[in-house]
Amino acid sequence: MTYIAKPKFHHPGLKKNELGYTHRDYEGKISTLCAGCGHDSITASIIEACYELSIEPHRVAKISGIGCSSKTPDYFLGNSHGFNSVHGRMPSVLTGANLANRDLIYLGVSGDGDSASIGFGQFAHSIRRGVNMTYIVENNGVYGLTKGQFSATADRGSKSKKGVTNTDNAIDLVAIALQLGATFVARSFSGDKSQLVPLIAAAIGHRGASFIDVISPCIAFNNHAGSTKSFDYVREHNDAVNRLDVLVGRDPIAVEYAPGTVQVVEQHDGSKIALRKIDADYDPHDRLGAQTFLQKHAAKGQIVTGLLYVDPDAEDLHTHLNTVETPLNTLEADTLCPGSAALDKFNASLR
Amino acid sequence: MKPTDIAAPDYFHKVVDCQWACPAHTPVPEYIRLIAQGRYSDAYMINWKSNVFPGILGRTCDRPCEPACRRGRVEETPVAICRLKRVAADFKDDIRQRLPRPSPKNGKRVAFVGGGPASLTVARDLAPLGYHCTVFDGDPEAGGMMRTQIPKFRLPNSVIDEETGYILGLGVEFKGGHRIESMKALLAEKYDAIFVGSGAPRGRELDVPGRKEAAANIHIGIDWLSSVSFGHIDKIGRRVIVLGGGNTAMDCCRTARRLGGADVKVIVRSGFEEMKASPWEKEDAIHEDIPILNYMVPVAFKHVAGKLIGVTFQHVKAEYDAKGRRNLVPSGDPDQTIPCDDVLVAVGQENAFPWIEQDCGIEFDKWHMPKVDPKTFVSTNPKVFFGGDAAFGPKNIIWAVAQGHDAALSIHKMLSGDDITERPLPEVHISSQKMGIHEWSYDNDISNDKRFKVPHRDKVIALKDIRTEVELGYDVKLALGEAERCLNCDVQTVFSTSLCIECDACVDICPMDCITFTQNGEEDDLRQRLKAPSPHPDQDLYVSSDLKTGRVMVKDEDVCLHCGLCAERCPTGAWDMQKYFIEMTHAGSTCPTKSRSAA
Repeated sequence: MTYIAKPKFHHPGLKKNELGYTHRDYEGKISTLCAGCGHDSITASIIEACYELSIEPHRVAKISGIGCSSKTPDYFLGNSHGFNSVHGRMPSVLTGANLANRDLIYLGVSGDGDSASIGFGQFAHSIRRGVNMTYIVENNGVYGLTKGQFSATADRGSKSKKGVTNTDNAIDLVAIALQLGATFVARSFSGDKSQLVPLIAAAIGHRGASFIDVISPCIAFNNHAGSTKSFDYVREHNDAVNRLDVLVGRDPIAVEYAPGTVQVVEQHDGSKIALRKIDADYDPHDRLGAQTFLQKHAAKGQIVTGLLYVDPDAEDLHTHLNTVETPLNTLEADTLCPGSAALDKFNASLR
Repeated sequence: MKPTDIAAPDYFHKVVDCQWACPAHTPVPEYIRLIAQGRYSDAYMINWKSNVFPGILGRTCDRPCEPACRRGRVEETPVAICRLKRVAADFKDDIRQRLPRPSPKNGKRVAFVGGGPASLTVARDLAPLGYHCTVFDGDPEAGGMMRTQIPKFRLPNSVIDEETGYILGLGVEFKGGHRIESMKALLAEKYDAIFVGSGAPRGRELDVPGRKEAAANIHIGIDWLSSVSFGHIDKIGRRVIVLGGGNTAMDCCRTARRLGGADVKVIVRSGFEEMKASPWEKEDAIHEDIPILNYMVPVAFKHVAGKLIGVTFQHVKAEYDAKGRRNLVPSGDPDQTIPCDDVLVAVGQENAFPWIEQDCGIEFDKWHMPKVDPKTFVSTNPKVFFGGDAAFGPKNIIWAVAQGHDAALSIHKMLSGDDITERPLPEVHISSQKMGIHEWSYDNDISNDKRFKVPHRDKVIALKDIRTEVELGYDVKLALGEAERCLNCDVQTVFSTSLCIECDACVDICPMDCITFTQNGEEDDLRQRLKAPSPHPDQDLYVSSDLKTGRVMVKDEDVCLHCGLCAERCPTGAWDMQKYFIEMTHAGSTCPTKSRSAA
């Protein structure tokens, strides 16, 4: 663990975003995770994505549970709202917060233990309800804080650091999220920021349940030969279906694409995602196709990454519940409690 | 780009900007760390070995190191390297036991013309090797221009006495009051080698109308300073004009303020920014209520009955031609006469060798300067060497010292029968600074402090006595604060390609965005693709060999804080913080096997 604070000095030529912030302004405290932890790269990617989108830090709520991954919100967006909840309960706390104030950007940060074991039910229900959030699982396949036992996402046949082979079947959170109706589903790798940063940026722009499973090697307990979540294994078996460029309206990216290789997806907030196809046959709007593609490649031992499914016309929980546009937490007492006359009228309508 | 060859001593030497910029290549961060630890004597000895006059230079150096200091690229101001050198000199214990012992004579005799910094450096290097060194100087005491031209309120005699004394104490024979008038006669004395360190002793004249008629009140700056230094002059008129914009002009005006000059002005041809004087010397002059007037060219001395009454100036402005060269052209404003009682002319210095005869085997060029090899400092007479201002015209003390070391090496090599053009590489000691998982043997917690000001004596008191030193120097607490500002650039980030697993931890943690993992390419192309802009192409890129993914690690050395966080966050130890102690090889060092050609 690093004891000194990260020096305040920054590169004198750092670019500033629309708000006049550098990416350093989106940092939090210095990480207390093990040196080289994949989670720190995800932290850096979230910082980069928020910087690029010129997000006002006070417009973000970062919510997490328990575990190495759930510590990370302390290391980014030091000026944002945060809630470090009970183990596995991040999705419920996030859902509640979102209901109370629909105007914030919700970042749910969780791990494979937090989301695939103790909080599996919570995860499922928040996705199923279409809570408008960006749900990031920092997936390393082990319980790092308790010294490297297999987690529920560890692949069958994968070897532990001590040489024990995993005999349980793995939960594929991406497959579950697709099945539960998530409207933005992606998988990425902490060692590939060029893929991960735009995915996070696109997920933030998506209105609905966005889910990103990020494979994040545990340097201390899951980066050895025989592990299926090590840097080397993931790099060897990574099968990216597409690459993204997020085009925020004000800043059109002047990249020439060969015709037919790019698919543009318009988001609710007006931003556009340019999807550069790597696998020509892959259609990110086909939920069933995505599920099949995923299973087929998993059977071959390949890790499918990229934007796997997106529904540009998604609806979120507030739409389903038909709540008012005004965040509930700002409604005044006279709106919330319109008086006995209004109550009488309402009761009368039910008689 | 090819992988960086970090085994070449110059690569990491260049990263230590201050040391690279210093003509004598003093290991600056090393001595600053020692000051922070309170080891002032050790800090002094590192300086003494490298630049010979730490106490003198700590007050007077032109500080080429400070504009180079990395701290100046990271925040506003560089580390006060020069004044920290003075701290080492001020707070050291008695270091005489650490000086070399006079050794048995080797039978070789070397004569020195002039007893200034260049000669004394050569003598310091040669005397411990057994050479019989004889230093001739026209003045009664050693020190040359350090003693005669630098005012005592900047450099007290006690400091000069101490540091010249260390050298003369090595068994160097000093013949004061003995001016060499003939090179031929000196050659006839059959010395094995002669070193000429006679400086640039002649102040340049200002030949405008009235110069002769008003001569009684027009003084040549360096001669006047020298007379003041020896006590021959102790007063000046109330209204004084100093002509010239260099450091000598600054010394003249401040000296005049102390000798009765109540209304002292510095008047300069060029603009304020282009003046040759160091910024801090201009600041000190202005602080003593001396106005600096720019773009004014003296055209005549006004006099009445042989008495100077003023100087007439033409106003000019700067114009730049197509090639960017500056020309001063009349601005059209009417000429202005400024009344005064005395004028000090400090418009430059020249070399003068009237005492070197034509047939000594020493050739001169068309500017009447001796033909001297810039690496070995030998003249066209293989036994005669030049150094300091005498070799290449007026510079400053630290250059004289650097050239002195090189000349001493040449003399030693020549008299040992070696090829003087073979120059030894610097000595490099490398050691990892890792003490524990996240502990380093240097303080890697970067200080956010701004540069600390050196306390000055109250102006009223300082102006009363010409021998009262103005600067008080840092106290221990201020020195510690200033020393902590040093970024330890000699503790290098060393990368091992084979250990890297490309986890990006170093990229994520680096506060300065120095590190990028990307596809290799040509330098110009790579510099475009770095994580942060790369505005200083003179700062090297550190490039690894190919990594597993086919990418390379590229580190822009430009603004690296040497905080070691890359190494702290590296899970495999691919980054390590290693101290490179780089020291120039002087005459008589146990010789490294490698060497490079002087050509």
